[in-house]
Amino acid sequence: MSTLLAACGVNKSFGAVTAAADINAAIEADSVVGLIGANGAGKTTFINMITGYLKPDSGDIRYEGRDITALAPRDITRLGILRSFQIPQLYGSLSVYENMLTALGIMLHNAGRGGFFSRSRPHVPGHDAPAEEVAERILERFGLAEYREKNTQVLPGGVRKLLDIALTMAARPRVLLLDEPTSGVSAEEKFGIMEMVMKAMKAEGVTVIFVEHDMEVVSRFSERVLAFYDGRIIADGRPEAVLGDPDVRRYVVGGELRRRDEQAARA
Amino acid sequence: MKRDRMPSLLGATLAAVIVGGPLLPQWALFILTIAFAQGLVALGLMLLLRAGLVSFGQALYYCIGAYTAGGLARAFNVGDVFLQMIAGAATAALAAFILGFLLARYRGIFFGLLSLALSMILYGLIVKSEALGSTDGLNIAQSTLFGVRPAADWVRYAVAVAAAFAGIGAAYLVHRFLGTPLGRLAPAIKDNEIRVEYMGASVRHAIHVKYVIAATLAGMGGALAATTVGHIDPEMAYWTTSGEFIFIAILAGTGSVLAPFLGALLFGAIHTLAYDLSPHTWQMSLGTALLLVIVFLPEGLWSLFARRRTA
Repeated sequence: MSTLLAACGVNKSFGAVTAAADINAAIEADSVVGLIGANGAGKTTFINMITGYLKPDSGDIRYEGRDITALAPRDITRLGILRSFQIPQLYGSLSVYENMLTALGIMLHNAGRGGFFSRSRPHVPGHDAPAEEVAERILERFGLAEYREKNTQVLPGGVRKLLDIALTMAARPRVLLLDEPTSGVSAEEKFGIMEMVMKAMKAEGVTVIFVEHDMEVVSRFSERVLAFYDGRIIADGRPEAVLGDPDVRRYVVGGELRRRDEQAARA
Repeated sequence: MKRDRMPSLLGATLAAVIVGGPLLPQWALFILTIAFAQGLVALGLMLLLRAGLVSFGQALYYCIGAYTAGGLARAFNVGDVFLQMIAGAATAALAAFILGFLLARYRGIFFGLLSLALSMILYGLIVKSEALGSTDGLNIAQSTLFGVRPAADWVRYAVAVAAAFAGIGAAYLVHRFLGTPLGRLAPAIKDNEIRVEYMGASVRHAIHVKYVIAATLAGMGGALAATTVGHIDPEMAYWTTSGEFIFIAILAGTGSVLAPFLGALLFGAIHTLAYDLSPHTWQMSLGTALLLVIVFLPEGLWSLFARRRTA
């Protein structure tokens, strides 16, 4: 498999706090990578640097061999690197359907279609259908069709999370970064959401990088895990190997796993 | 899909002015024309309001438009209403294009006060300039239409029809713009700029475009007002003038491109009536009217029509 996205010797600190210390990671195309680590370990900083929200102090981010470190977030988005947010970023005054139409409208706008002089309903780039049709399709796929006319402010947490991710599909992403896709979602909903998202991404051939605190979700859905501690990557490999690593157990998932092991031993 | 009723609604309004105009007294034609001039400014404000921006300084472009028209009339003896409006719009657009690089960086109260400050700078400059007539302003010769000077009794009607063509034409173009992907981005920008940027669109560019359109409309309105009144003065850039435009925009609501003109007409009617009944407390009547609209019709006058349609 070929390298799609790479961080090369990336450093970032906020005052005395080191958020990234010589981060090197190459992400292969079509892979699903889980990022784990305690709060403040540098996972979200990693995502924020890839998407251009933060600029590294040194080192660079490469996408298909091209240096994208200095690009603005919207230019990185246009290359096909999309992200979701820990707290869903939706258009609060609009309905679910209108949220989707707005996302698709931006694609039309960026492609110079549907402008002032266009008469027909143009096809959304990459989707081969008018925006209205594509919107229905994506909502259907993410199980959001029943919420179509609902204002996004009244949606349950899990549905908001799903919509936040579904919006990125408008752009036909090549890489999708999910920042804690299951945080704030009930335990029952978690797997359903991940199942639906991962299925859609596999079908579209999207490379997924996701930050997650629930180790069950990590071991079930990721093909590779990067464990962060203190701004460094302390383990990198298959989920079972990384989650079993003594350092990872001590610094990252210690509390979580020990508790489960103890429960299992008692049972 | 709903059929778009706006073009026929706009056409009917235009026809009503052309047919009904000769029946109206001169003073009513004057109020109608000024309503179109102010409606143009409010139409631009509506575009900005939809994106969550309140400009307290549209009088800047209103005044630029008016002085461009005045300059054209005095220096080059061009009295043509359409030429004056085009020139006023173009000058305002150019000014907004340049200032837009600065203003598109700001939001909320900063955007509002910065736009107000810019209009007050222009006010100050004109007041200090003898060549521009200082506080007295300048008189402009009577308007012409396509090189023809209408008979004295018909000037008001001719200018009113020209105003209707300009206003309705602009309303149609803005209506079309609101249907484009860029136009539709307004509520998204108001709601969540982060998401807009992370979907790959430039918020600053979108706001810059809307700002220039709003200024173009204000410049056109200013030129129209100048030729209608026959006089220009620095009060056109004063902050209370901007306040009147916001008053009209709030009165009208952001629901439709026709609403700003209705709002302006109502504003003119209330203003005239209140001034007639009690010259010293007319502001109180205006204030009361605005209060009633905000309390009972928070979406503006247009909600009266919108509600009836869905009911």
